[in-house]
Amino acid sequence: MIDTLRLTAEEAMGLLERREVSAAELFAAYRDAIAERDGDLHCFLTTVDEPSHDGVPIALKDLIGTKGIRTTAGSRFLEGYVPVYDSTVAARCKAAGLPVLGKTNMDEFAMGSSTENSAYGPSRNPWDPTRVPGGSSGGSAAAVAAGLAPWALGSDTGGSIKQPAALTGTVGLRPTYGTVSRYGIVAFASSLDQVGPITKTVRDCALLYRTIAGRDPADTTTVDLPAPVEIPEAEDLRGLRVGIPRELNEAEGIEPGVKAAVEAAIDLCRELGAELGECELPRSVEYGMPCYYLVAPAEASSNLARYDGVRFGLRVGDGDFEAMQERTRDEGFGDEPKRRIMLGTYALSAGYYEAFYGQAQKVRTVIGREFAAAFERFDVLVSPTSPTVAFPLGARTENPLAMYLSDVLTIPPNMAGLPGLSIPCGLSEGLPVGLQLIGPQFSENTIFRAGHALERALAFDPVPPRLAGAAA
Amino acid sequence: MAITRDDVLHVARLARLALREDEIERLQVQLNAILDAVGKVSELDLSDVPPTSHPLALVNVFGTDEPEPCLPVEEALANAPEREGDFFRVPAEGA
Repeated sequence: MIDTLRLTAEEAMGLLERREVSAAELFAAYRDAIAERDGDLHCFLTTVDEPSHDGVPIALKDLIGTKGIRTTAGSRFLEGYVPVYDSTVAARCKAAGLPVLGKTNMDEFAMGSSTENSAYGPSRNPWDPTRVPGGSSGGSAAAVAAGLAPWALGSDTGGSIKQPAALTGTVGLRPTYGTVSRYGIVAFASSLDQVGPITKTVRDCALLYRTIAGRDPADTTTVDLPAPVEIPEAEDLRGLRVGIPRELNEAEGIEPGVKAAVEAAIDLCRELGAELGECELPRSVEYGMPCYYLVAPAEASSNLARYDGVRFGLRVGDGDFEAMQERTRDEGFGDEPKRRIMLGTYALSAGYYEAFYGQAQKVRTVIGREFAAAFERFDVLVSPTSPTVAFPLGARTENPLAMYLSDVLTIPPNMAGLPGLSIPCGLSEGLPVGLQLIGPQFSENTIFRAGHALERALAFDPVPPRLAGAAA
Repeated sequence: MAITRDDVLHVARLARLALREDEIERLQVQLNAILDAVGKVSELDLSDVPPTSHPLALVNVFGTDEPEPCLPVEEALANAPEREGDFFRVPAEGA
């Protein structure tokens, strides 16, 4: 019997290597778990019946282009879209022998923090199905938490890997910008989008990051890694300088239970031998969200111009060309993409460009400088990943600004292109709390090391109690 | 800097969105609220700060200029809403 709720990808690899289970048996175990539990959780938009390769299966967020497998980005626009080529990350997973289990649910075009903006209905949190799994990579995170996939890929623009990982008790890495190819990924905001792993352990996260990272000639914004990815083994944090940015840890809206769990994890850093100190990011947090909600919608309004009813995706109406385009876009996009297209188009329009988009780009420079100053004194910065634990479905859907605040702590490092790891650090009200570990660009090995040592010491049980009795 | 109904219609036109009446009203309210919040960036005097358009300082990324096979026509047209021969077919302009 394969217990998919507990099995890590690394353990699954061991089972295959020792021939204790076959690849077909492993794949079937996850398919059985999906059949048993995904009716309630709705993590998957498409599932694959037969394994294509002999390795550990993987779930891919449904904006990762997969040749011959429908790729919707959570949008009606792409309901029938079947890519004719693989994204580079999908090709790298194939090259590593990882068969695709299916494509996971997400907020439409990755715009959202709960999966409630999916045109196909929300995913649910395995810890409490009345609550959201976070987003936009909520389907990937919930699938890993519920044992429906040993590991998964998501994508992160403002926090779409880190936040759902935090809300589901999983590990999520938003890599340094430029280390993972965006070729074949449905684009949202190109200067921010990064694909990254969602896993049960930090070691799994490092293994999957090693599989997908590296320069890709098809994406000229990618670079070679300065050093190979190391699979972490550290048991302590001796010699590591850990900074506690005041604004990220005392931001308005951080729940007391979240604060308590994060403070306990910070105390543990000290016990593990880290040198702790406080620091400040005076403008990064206060101006980070306004900056993001100008830059990202502006880039989105440009990227989403391609959905015009001509080459692929939905077309509505005939007659006049422009009327067809306008009707197609009105019917194809849900409320959130429309809101962001409108906001971005406004911020880029004549007369407002300098005041909004131009100014936001300068704020981005300020944020980068503040983080750079903090990293002169520290190797890693820590904070809560999300100000709150998983919130009830519907709680933030009526108020876009309330939903946007879900990412107030993940956005600032993202604006600076920094890597961030979220690991579960405890429970509040019976729901997982995520700890965000931020490092300088290309410091994945450092944050993996810190995350791994903390994970060992924390001994967080990643299995949602309500599923713990269920046989896989 | 309140967004008027005409502003909403103008931006929708630029973005090629044929908004329904209820969407126009809702978006006017929401865009005003969001712009109030993001307009905060203008509080800062950043006249001496250069803009960041990209998080990595990459300059002049060159590729090798070698011919490679491109997507075959049948595959390029595989997801077309409508085709005619080897072309994407669209409704006539101003029809």
